Amino acid sequence: MNDEELIRQLVAAIRKAETVLGKDVVLALKEASEAESGTARVQLETMLENVTAARDGSIPMCQDTGIQTFIVRVGAKYPGLSSLRSQIIQAVRRATVEIPLRPNTVHPFTGENPGDNVGEHVPYISWEIVDGDRCVIELLPKGGGSENCAALGMLSPGVGIKGVKRFIVDHVVGCAGKPCPPGIVGVGIGGGADLCLKLAKLSLLRPVGARHPEENVASLEVELRDLINGSGIGPMGMGGKTTCLDVHIEYAHRHPASLPVGIVYQCWADRRARVTIDAGGKIEVI
Amino acid sequence: MKRILQTPISEQEARDLHVGDVIYITGAMFTARDEAHLKMLEEGEPFPVSGLALYHCGPVVRKDTAGWKIVSAGPTTSARMEIFEDRFLERFPVRAIIGKGGMGEKTLAALRKVGAVYTHYTGGAGALAAQAISDITDVHWLSELGMPEAVWVLSVKEFGPLTVTMDAHGESLYTTLGETVHENMQAIHDRIERGE
Repeated sequence: MNDEELIRQLVAAIRKAETVLGKDVVLALKEASEAESGTARVQLETMLENVTAARDGSIPMCQDTGIQTFIVRVGAKYPGLSSLRSQIIQAVRRATVEIPLRPNTVHPFTGENPGDNVGEHVPYISWEIVDGDRCVIELLPKGGGSENCAALGMLSPGVGIKGVKRFIVDHVVGCAGKPCPPGIVGVGIGGGADLCLKLAKLSLLRPVGARHPEENVASLEVELRDLINGSGIGPMGMGGKTTCLDVHIEYAHRHPASLPVGIVYQCWADRRARVTIDAGGKIEVI
Repeated sequence: MKRILQTPISEQEARDLHVGDVIYITGAMFTARDEAHLKMLEEGEPFPVSGLALYHCGPVVRKDTAGWKIVSAGPTTSARMEIFEDRFLERFPVRAIIGKGGMGEKTLAALRKVGAVYTHYTGGAGALAAQAISDITDVHWLSELGMPEAVWVLSVKEFGPLTVTMDAHGESLYTTLGETVHENMQAIHDRIERGE
């Protein structure tokens, strides 16, 4: 395994996520723009102009380049496992200088910012060991404004699915323009407090418009999207028909006494990239 | 035709603006987020800011041989500054605040008293915003506060489109919109209850 090559490709993936918005999101923004008028349309058109400026200039589409987040699904027999954490951290340090990224890691007690986007537990790396010898790394750099609009509801199971819907719609609408709408509402239902929030975040890896494979979950996604869009909050919270581009739901079985619901919002600058590495060291950035 | 305001903006020019107006700003503005607000309230202004535009922004900047350059510089969430913006405005009479997401009642009252407006720039549009910033003319408190929180003094040309969403007449788009959303939410709750 060539360490230097993997670090180089990880930097390329961070650059891609930060500067090139995925086709699925661009298409959804264009469709929304065509459906809107007035101030709402000005907001969406400005977003699309910004996407072009970022891509053409290879510069971060948003100045909040986020907390660098890596969702790693690594095969138990992947030969490069022992050095992967250090390669990811080195890539973050290098990307901070080369792209550049905003230094976004602040010590919670002293306020000190080391300036390299690295710190205690950051970059955030989620590890899942799977079968095989391949490694898939999903990048989800996440801005502070949208992350501040995450929520956890430990609901009483008696409120049922209606209560779940109310909690989600009330929360997202209550956030109004703060998370830079129209974005993607990630929802995790069940599990426990930590698991539902993690599932909510993982659901954001799915492309905009891609439905959950189970029909009843898929129809709940569409229903919630339409309910939220009926609120009138609109692009950037300035009024309009488009408050979210999509709702994604993942679920886990729950404790009989618990109905945890996690919400993680992703802003319209829904930055993602993926790196795949096979056992022979072949690397692909998608 | 573009409505362009040149800094320093006078109190009268600010009072002539109304919710819904779209403007562009040319001249000087400075960034200040949570930490810079606190520090200016404690220690005073690091340079004269009266009549300028205050930008809620923590930019990405790069230093090359010619000095600092803006890379990406969109607005941050203004609501965080609501806790001290009224005191800030009364002490440092800027004429336009640029941010995203809007602000609350205390700021609205201060805008009316001082004669200033809150304008909204599309959140996340950092690459586009950078194109309208021609130069960084100065930076204050960089080593103490770090890149996002420092006070960056910017020279801008036709920075916008900025939508006036809170004016000096006590009008706020967010208040009006809030009433519409409140009505819509009653219908949404009914739909959920009926299981439609």
